[in-house]
Amino acid sequence: MTRSELIEKVSERLEGYTQKQAEIIVETFFETLKDSLSRGEKVELRGFGNFRLKTRRPRKARNPKTGQAVDVPGKKVVYFRAGKELKERLNSR
Amino acid sequence: MTRAELARIIYEKVGLPKKEAQDIIEIILDIISQTLSEGESVKITGFGTFNVRKKTPRRGRNPQTGEEMEISARRVITFKPSNILKSAVEKAG
Repeated sequence: MTRSELIEKVSERLEGYTQKQAEIIVETFFETLKDSLSRGEKVELRGFGNFRLKTRRPRKARNPKTGQAVDVPGKKVVYFRAGKELKERLNSR
Repeated sequence: MTRAELARIIYEKVGLPKKEAQDIIEIILDIISQTLSEGESVKITGFGTFNVRKKTPRRGRNPQTGEEMEISARRVITFKPSNILKSAVEKAG
């Protein structure tokens, strides 16, 4: 399923909203998640799952072509863990 | 961030009544969950992709009792953040 298919399905389930309004809502939904994560917050959607940030330490690496050592700075990465309900739904059949 | 905060932000940004913002969040999460439970991946451009992976049964041990047991075949979700999300959180917090 793609973003536009999701928007279509959401608008089918919403009464009194146009497809355009559904699109704005779905976009705002994911933008809000992204903004929250980029502020370093975790996002907890009970039943669905949690998005958290993990820290990757700075490390030394090598350019495989030249063999030269380079410093790779530390960074944060997003990590998703499915919630209990979602796990049950996935494995109920 | 929790569901309630997410609903409040959608309410502020889009101007939806709070109750409806909450209902729509549930609809979005429900459609994503339903699609994943049918074994289909969900790709949200600009945010990331949820994939379903099948795990084969394997033997494991209860770490508390040391007892050997069968870990049944199951499906798990992996989330791969988009490049946009990756770079948005890299320098977070």
